[in-house]
Amino acid sequence: MVNKWMKRLYTVLIFGFLYAPIAVLAVFSFNDSKSTAKWEGFTLDWYQSLFQNSLIMKSLYYTVLVALIASVVATIIGTFAAFGIFYMKAWKQKVILNVNSIPILNPDIVTGISLMTLFVALNMELGLLTMIIAHVTFCIPYVILSVLPKFKQMPSEMLEAALDLGATPWYAFRKVIFPEIKPGIITGALIAFTLSIDDFVISFFTTGNGVGNLSIAIYSMARRGIKPEINALSTLMFIVVLVLMLVLNKRTKIEEI
Amino acid sequence: MIKRLSSGPYLFWMLMFVIVPIVMILAFSMVTVTSGGDWSFSLSNFSRAFDPIYIAVLGRSLKIALEATFICFILGYPMAMILAKMPVKYRTFSVMLFVVPMWMNFLLRTYAWMTILGKNGIINGLLSLLGLPNVTFLYTEGAVLLGMVYNFLPFMVLPIYTVLMKMDQSLVEAAEDLGGDKRTVFRKVIFPLSIPGILSGVSMVFMPSVSTFVISNLLYGGQYMLIGNLIEQQFLVVNDWNFGSAVAMILMLLILASMAIMNRFGGGNPEERGANLW
Amino acid sequence: MKKIVSIVLLIALFATLFTGCKSEDKIVLNVYNWGDYIDEDIFETFEEETGIEINYETYATNEEMYTKIKKGGTQYDIAIPSDYMIEKMIKEDLLEPIDLSKIPNYANIDSRFKGLDFDPENKYSVPYFWGTVGIIYNTDLITEPVDSWSVLWDEKYSGMFTMVDSQRDSIMVALKKLGYSMNTKNLDELEAAKQALIEQKPLVLAYVGDNVKDMLISEEAAMAVVWSGEASAVIQEYDNFAYALPKEGSNMWFDNVIIPKGSKNIEAAHQFIDFLCRGDIGFKNADYVGYATCNTETMKLIDQSLIGTTYAYPDLKLLENFEIFSDPGDFITEYDRIWTEIKAK
Repeated sequence: MVNKWMKRLYTVLIFGFLYAPIAVLAVFSFNDSKSTAKWEGFTLDWYQSLFQNSLIMKSLYYTVLVALIASVVATIIGTFAAFGIFYMKAWKQKVILNVNSIPILNPDIVTGISLMTLFVALNMELGLLTMIIAHVTFCIPYVILSVLPKFKQMPSEMLEAALDLGATPWYAFRKVIFPEIKPGIITGALIAFTLSIDDFVISFFTTGNGVGNLSIAIYSMARRGIKPEINALSTLMFIVVLVLMLVLNKRTKIEEI
Repeated sequence: MIKRLSSGPYLFWMLMFVIVPIVMILAFSMVTVTSGGDWSFSLSNFSRAFDPIYIAVLGRSLKIALEATFICFILGYPMAMILAKMPVKYRTFSVMLFVVPMWMNFLLRTYAWMTILGKNGIINGLLSLLGLPNVTFLYTEGAVLLGMVYNFLPFMVLPIYTVLMKMDQSLVEAAEDLGGDKRTVFRKVIFPLSIPGILSGVSMVFMPSVSTFVISNLLYGGQYMLIGNLIEQQFLVVNDWNFGSAVAMILMLLILASMAIMNRFGGGNPEERGANLW
Repeated sequence: MKKIVSIVLLIALFATLFTGCKSEDKIVLNVYNWGDYIDEDIFETFEEETGIEINYETYATNEEMYTKIKKGGTQYDIAIPSDYMIEKMIKEDLLEPIDLSKIPNYANIDSRFKGLDFDPENKYSVPYFWGTVGIIYNTDLITEPVDSWSVLWDEKYSGMFTMVDSQRDSIMVALKKLGYSMNTKNLDELEAAKQALIEQKPLVLAYVGDNVKDMLISEEAAMAVVWSGEASAVIQEYDNFAYALPKEGSNMWFDNVIIPKGSKNIEAAHQFIDFLCRGDIGFKNADYVGYATCNTETMKLIDQSLIGTTYAYPDLKLLENFEIFSDPGDFITEYDRIWTEIKAK
């Protein structure tokens, strides 16, 4: 019994630790002052001016757009790649998985700089396209790492059996393999989306010409002080995500993650 | 045929956007540019990196990253166990709760810590309410450590949780049936089986900790140079891309080496480590 | 299957979304500026008047902007770097010449700020804001007078003040304190400055790149080396702060509007610069940003009580031993090395 309460207390403490800064953000989004240093009274002004701030709204648009496209593209490429890698010879698999871990291991700034150098060398104009390519690049490895294990858990003869029974490869993939690896795909997509939405360093180097995400806007704003509108936006985003999760949790059982 | 084709786009992508850029950085690191704009091949960037000043920076980064990893492990393992034993009803939701903070901007969350830790911040406010003396948190090594633990804790909890979830419960039951008390079962069965998860957790926390520059910049006020700050400064402030590339290559080798050692030590190989990510 | 179809549809939808943006024939001007350094409402006014749309992007340091423009892959039509960076960019042929005859409002610019050393004939740049670097302090916490950089070496104030996380500015503080020029090319002087800064480091609370205002307001720091506009923003809101211009001299800086090389909308860029030089627009920006304008027409519109204050429009006589940063050329590598060594200590 005591044990149970200890566990509860511990869980509460850890979640308290994780959510404390978010609570601070939310509280200060109602602060009647430009600064986040002192509490000066309650206001809803920042929520109003948020929607009139074209830079923030544009950055939000690009953040979500890039995260959506990058996670979808990375998930598709990564899933098919995992399929191919699974059937490769062991030594090839090893080599590829080592290369696969480079973007994960590399400091963001090196990835960012090296991609920027490449884009410039290719004479590509920095902007939405280059930023999406960069995001796909650092997302794919995570997709592979979450999908590949699902292939390994799958009974190994399943594909062979389906093909022997006359299924076309595409049919076999859809009806036999896909259901098996679906949880891995969902996890991979989720990781990709999360990483993309929070990235600053790589985005900074690989975009330009007026395309930028929220992190970039926040970073360049920071020198003169973060605007309370950003806190308001974060609070709104947090509420949306939370509600979405609650609804999802109620209506369907999300696959085991 | 189809098996081979399906990884084609990926292989192309990795070659184009991972291998080629790394080779370019490697090339940068081996070149010195003279004032006239001429360049020549040399290893002087690497020898400069072994100056005592920079060795100290490297040592500091390794130390604090190891500390952060250790704390994450101590805090994260029990949490992962609690999560794994939760009733299904709450479990998925609780796991999601670990992911959600990562959707809030990283810089903003770190800034919020400044408000909490500051001289007149929330913690000190609470302390003075209780009549306790104020404590300096901000701009200490402890603040950087806290920032790292805060940002990377989910990366430790989630892989360990996944392994614990997948663990064959019959093994645990068998051990209990054979008369093992709780502690022995944990020590002899559960813990050894969860090592792959621990390894991936450790690498997922260690890697970003050793290369971060934003956390140390904000929470230690730019006075505390970690290797990530050194690289950032070379690229963004002083424009010495060649030296910056050399330091980046050293960091990369260092990370790869420590991963290799860990795999040897844990007996795992990369694909198994991958299996336990999240 | 349904899911795959919907994913494909989603991609198609987004693909059309972002190609859609480009199909319009409207001129779009790419403006690259410091974060929070313009009143964004003026973009709408500009679009209404000229039909030219503004695509706005921000940076945090001169060096970031320089990297982006220098390395290519971008097409900016307007940027607003500082003095030494303009000099450097002129040397490296990164700027388009500006045709002043197309900027009638250039006449509004205060003649004292024209023809400065970094761009002697204003061939490449038009003044935007100017200011100084000095010490802001909380008069409740620091009761003794502050008039010299040497307070930043005073043990008494250990852990109470912040420096700026900017290479040239921090080294400038040490050089000026030692009585040298902040544009020195003498290695011994530079080494002396390095020693002074290393000696000072244990006393410094933090090297702040940003958020210094919040640190002062929350009394995290009692004193800080800041750009004048930051001081102005704090002082105008809280009475218990003052801004000192150190007697040893300091940095006087200018941020000017330029057109980066490779701009495809040079005509429109001129129009925009002219627009920025208009008195009323200048006022909107000055009012929003809080820095000191270079525009005589704008001067007539601002709060007249600001004139003569140390933080906004100081008497230029006080600034006689102030300097403007110049680009040290290749000698910059010495500054770089020294700064890296200070920070790594």
